[in-house]
Amino acid sequence: MRRPASSILKTAGLFSLPLGWTLLLLIVPYLMMIAVSFWTRQFPLFVPDFQFGNYVQLFSDPQYTTVILRTLKIAAMVTAAALVLGYPLAYFLVFTLRSERLRNLVYMAVIVPLWVSYLLRAYTWKIILGTDGALNSALMSLGVIDAPLDLFLYNQAAMVITLTYIFVPFMVMPIYAVLENIPKGLIEASEDLGIGPLGTFRHVIAPLSLGGVVAGAMMTFCLSFGDFVAPVLVGGPDGIMVANLLQTQFGAALNWPLGSALATLVLIMVLVILGLTGWAERASARNLR
Amino acid sequence: MSSRPIVTLDGVTKSFGSFKALHETSFSIGEGEFVTLLGPSGCGKTTTLRLIGGFELPTSGKIGIAGQDVTQNPPYRRPVNTVFQDYALFPHMTVAENVAYGLTVRGSTVARSDIPGQVAEVLDMVGLSQMGGKRPGALSGGQKQRVAMARALIRKPRVLLLDEPLSALDVKLREVMQVELKRLHRELGITFLMVTHDQTEALALSNRIVVMEAGRIRQIGTPNDLYDRPFSPYVADFIGATNLIEARYLGREAEFDVIALPGGAHLRRKAAGNGGFHPGSTVLIGIRPEHLRPAGGENLLQGRVVDTLFHGDSIRLEFLPDGANQPAFAQLARGASLGAEDLMPGQPIRFAVAPEDVMLFAKVAA
Repeated sequence: MRRPASSILKTAGLFSLPLGWTLLLLIVPYLMMIAVSFWTRQFPLFVPDFQFGNYVQLFSDPQYTTVILRTLKIAAMVTAAALVLGYPLAYFLVFTLRSERLRNLVYMAVIVPLWVSYLLRAYTWKIILGTDGALNSALMSLGVIDAPLDLFLYNQAAMVITLTYIFVPFMVMPIYAVLENIPKGLIEASEDLGIGPLGTFRHVIAPLSLGGVVAGAMMTFCLSFGDFVAPVLVGGPDGIMVANLLQTQFGAALNWPLGSALATLVLIMVLVILGLTGWAERASARNLR
Repeated sequence: MSSRPIVTLDGVTKSFGSFKALHETSFSIGEGEFVTLLGPSGCGKTTTLRLIGGFELPTSGKIGIAGQDVTQNPPYRRPVNTVFQDYALFPHMTVAENVAYGLTVRGSTVARSDIPGQVAEVLDMVGLSQMGGKRPGALSGGQKQRVAMARALIRKPRVLLLDEPLSALDVKLREVMQVELKRLHRELGITFLMVTHDQTEALALSNRIVVMEAGRIRQIGTPNDLYDRPFSPYVADFIGATNLIEARYLGREAEFDVIALPGGAHLRRKAAGNGGFHPGSTVLIGIRPEHLRPAGGENLLQGRVVDTLFHGDSIRLEFLPDGANQPAFAQLARGASLGAEDLMPGQPIRFAVAPEDVMLFAKVAA
């Protein structure tokens, strides 16, 4: 059935505002970024062009591939660490803490750090891990070491620790949500059928919480993949990540076309990850129907 | 109970905080019986079932299953299996995987290669042989019910626990599943312990019924026992409907107890035991609606018609017994010897009651 023109107009009118700002603030900048990535740099200016030199440079210069691979590695390590820390916590909250008030309280304690400035939380780790930091003082007063060590700070381990601390709530939240939604009757049914707690976890709880794990991993991975503060604060000389490189290209190096090409590459990588996780989430959701 | 006991509860209590869900309770279930725990919600029947299944641990007392003390055992170390009220089928597994689940346990006596054959056999038994590849989400309520049965039965439990198994089904399907449950019980010879709040279901299926109220057992007996010889007005009213009328006990005359109805008329009741009622004490008499026959003669209950409800095969007649402050009900066969004018509201009506159909209870102060 054809809808009357007035109705179509009404719908268009209703959605024109959100469509308008999506177009203006998301689509147009992305298109501009992609367009600039084909331009040529003629210091100190950028000349409109259509050539793949910037992309060729990204893949041929080992400096860029190294940083991209390092960023992938650190993001993967942060995701793994957050999963190892976050899953047991969410499990403990849902299945062990019987008191609902206590459970909500601990859950709030997980969320509350998100209200504190991100910069402040990253800086905290500089204070903990630094040469005159809390960790060194503690080890010295315990007599484990005689002089402060400088191996805690300014390396990739410090970055993984800091990023894990900052992003672990994003892992806990979706896992907590799926675990809480698993009917307790399923766990009772599994035990009733002779399967102990370990088998019940493996065969019932783990598969049913996969959706939350995928969502949490996706958020943690993407957030740490794009981070540029931790490398600056605790990363040291070999801690540069993709976002820092981007910042440099648009700042000090003043090479917008190359920066745009790098940004486009990062965008594609993130979109691929989102697509994969979306597919995995739909697959596990299909299982639940 | 004729056979040896398979489940025994010995002084079992269960408290949740300050709430006593189950007061000190002892009873046993014989091997091969079909026993029903019957009562309104909150009476402790589900708690009792969950204690036997191992999902709750008792506050005190002992639970034995098949000669073993399992009081502290977790569910996976008890020779019982449960059909859950909401079925609790694993949504991420197919029907066949759900049914096979209980055989995948380590140390199972069933060889891995035998599992598919056993699954097929059990699915066939519950009439779902074509459904093995489907997921629970694609099944109807009745089919889910059957999968839940198959999943529990494949482990050949000593006792099958059923928690309100039919409550989520519509009336027609419920009757089909009742027949099915009875058939499975007969064919498998497994002990069934079922929880229900539906007295017709309990009467239709069980060898014995345990009537519970407020965390205590009120009476245990066969359906006939409970129907014909309820110990208390509560049981009389819960198992089938009963008209309870406050009256005064006059005394024993030969083999009859004589009771004065509120309207002044006397009613005889065939005496059973020595009763122990004091002449002059207030008592409750109970008469089932189907035991009221509209007729004259001896032993009459008289009153006035309040209303009639047509029930298809019968007529439910509401009347106010003379002198009573609460209406009573009679169930009349259709085409009973009453004309339409006799059933007009306000018409006087009288019923003959056989002396052996009158139940007599002490009046418990409220």
